[in-house]
Amino acid sequence: MSERRIRVLIGKPGLDGHDRGAKTVASVLRDHGMEVIYTGLHQTPAMIAEAAAQEDVDVVGLSILSGAHMQLFPKIRDELTSRGKGDVLLVGGGIIPHDDIDALEADGFAKLFGPGTKTTDIANWIEEEMKTRFEKEGDEV
Amino acid sequence: MSTVEKTSSDPRALWEEALRGAKLRDVDFTTLSGEELKVIYTAEDASFSERDDLGMPGQFPYTRGVHPTMYRGRLWTMRQFAGFGSAAQTNERFKFLLANGQTGLSVAFDFPTLMGHDSDEEISLGEVGQVGVAISSLADMETLFEGIPMGEVSTSMTINGPAPILLAFYIAAAERQGVPPEKIRGTVQNDILKEYQAQHAWLVAPEPALRMITDMMAYCSDHAPQWNTISISGYHIREAGSTAAQELAFTLANGMEYVRRGIAAGLDVDEFAPRLSFFFDSHLDFFEEICKFRAARRIWARKMRDEFGAKNPKSWMVRFHTQTAGVSLTAQQPENNIVRTAYQALAAVLGGTQSLHTNSMDETLSLPTEKAVKIALRTQQILAEETGVANVIDPLAGSYFVEEQTDRLEEQAEAYFKEIEERGGVVPSIESGFFQSEIHRSALKYQRAVEAGTKRVVGVNSYVEEGEGQPEIDIHRIDPSVESDQHERLAALRGSRDSAAVESALAAVREACRGDANLQERFVAAAHASCTLGEIAQVLREEFGEFKEPKIL
Repeated sequence: MSERRIRVLIGKPGLDGHDRGAKTVASVLRDHGMEVIYTGLHQTPAMIAEAAAQEDVDVVGLSILSGAHMQLFPKIRDELTSRGKGDVLLVGGGIIPHDDIDALEADGFAKLFGPGTKTTDIANWIEEEMKTRFEKEGDEV
Repeated sequence: MSTVEKTSSDPRALWEEALRGAKLRDVDFTTLSGEELKVIYTAEDASFSERDDLGMPGQFPYTRGVHPTMYRGRLWTMRQFAGFGSAAQTNERFKFLLANGQTGLSVAFDFPTLMGHDSDEEISLGEVGQVGVAISSLADMETLFEGIPMGEVSTSMTINGPAPILLAFYIAAAERQGVPPEKIRGTVQNDILKEYQAQHAWLVAPEPALRMITDMMAYCSDHAPQWNTISISGYHIREAGSTAAQELAFTLANGMEYVRRGIAAGLDVDEFAPRLSFFFDSHLDFFEEICKFRAARRIWARKMRDEFGAKNPKSWMVRFHTQTAGVSLTAQQPENNIVRTAYQALAAVLGGTQSLHTNSMDETLSLPTEKAVKIALRTQQILAEETGVANVIDPLAGSYFVEEQTDRLEEQAEAYFKEIEERGGVVPSIESGFFQSEIHRSALKYQRAVEAGTKRVVGVNSYVEEGEGQPEIDIHRIDPSVESDQHERLAALRGSRDSAAVESALAAVREACRGDANLQERFVAAAHASCTLGEIAQVLREEFGEFKEPKIL
């Protein structure tokens, strides 16, 4: 039985150089058997969406600690949609106040993970979510 | 020990016997950096010599402190890092801090400024004024210091890639206040090597960046002798996930690289080395941190005197700023962060810091509120005035444990210096991703330990409060109008300045990039001509090329 591997893009939008979280999550997701592509730093919304489309990923995870999430996250969502990747599982994390988490989760983001979240919880959550999606698509998981 | 009878009166033997049968708590007794520790340290562990390893404060190798009087002469400078929104808003916060007894200023810039972009560039979208103040021109710098006498206050500016340009704005703003460069006091972080390793706010590739630094060192030794040209920083290396030993080793390795570059550029080591200062993290592991500070002083003194031939004792001294560990703060039960910060501040003071920033409890959620900042500042004031820790110099010296761990950190740092050298030096080790991989590995190891529960974090994997909702503390938000106001200010500036003067100042910068004229002088002239940060930085990017980060995963 072949198992479809979950493909993930971890993106660092904006000018913020704090990549400890992004790299840690990328490594942990890889340990969980996912295929992970890390964009590197200082990416524009278009660059991230372009990479997601080219790599044909199932999940886009964004990390931001600069406070620009309310500007950049919706832009990335729009850029993904315009490239036909609007259905990607879109998640994020960083220094994001609770009100903003609520707003983003009501606006196309599946889940935002705050500081102190276990990375294994992130991995498990993505696995569960993708399992449901793959099953709907009729793929073997 | 088998020869010792149970009836022995030897205390050590008796203790070991008692320990053998004793039940110990089933927890991880390693340091925060994962170092194994003995149950107890004795004279057998600490082989320090009073003369060679400790000395007296103010004397080589400065293990006990850089000043003969330390805090009896003068307390550490309480320097809270601040900056957000517009120059005018930060100017108000500075005045608030000065009015509350703060003794020096420390400027936090926003990401566009840190990366050498103007507020109105497309890439700056959403970032203007968010994590610091937006400074795009001399006019912004003048607003930032309006009503603050630049000849009297000492200012630290946390800026790296574009540091020479921001220093030029500062010099020009001081001149507009009638203060000559000779009179300004302060520091630019300007530590580009750790940017490639950890913090990632660079402007151009390492070699031209190092040339700009040596140009600044030369300029300041001629014109601004009270200005500290580099604050060699371990803070960001540590926050990115390194161990204490890595922070110590990489920081000092970077410091030695700057010294080599200065000497290679024909500068006298004793001309510029006294203007180098350091910046460390004070993390959670109390004793390990104190030992790190003590080891830093001793290593640097030995290197500067014995390897680089510095003759001036000021060249041998590690004078350092400390910030408590932002990464140790938790979003859960945020008031607990006040306590964490207080212990970290105590470690910094027992380690002999020259200045200190204490983090605010709310920084995992947003920039700090005024109330949170005040508590953080009061934490230092309580430490200084109520606890008595400032009464005696280096009070932990001679502790077997402290001396052994100071030696241990020095040995670990030496092993890293050797490895870096074998890898061709600091710049090649940056280009190959060596530092970045080491830091990432340590960060991952720690994260796994927290998730496995072997390293405890109160509120996160220990004493978790079930059903914890949103923390009931205020959030400091940046008004989005800051960004549009900055656009208007810049548009007005571009419309009103002498464009011929701008063009010729930028051309002079370009010419200096291609030749060997001192760039710092050209930056100051460009600042006076109202060239913007982004315009000057663009010339540098075009002439010097940009840095591509090596992929490490």
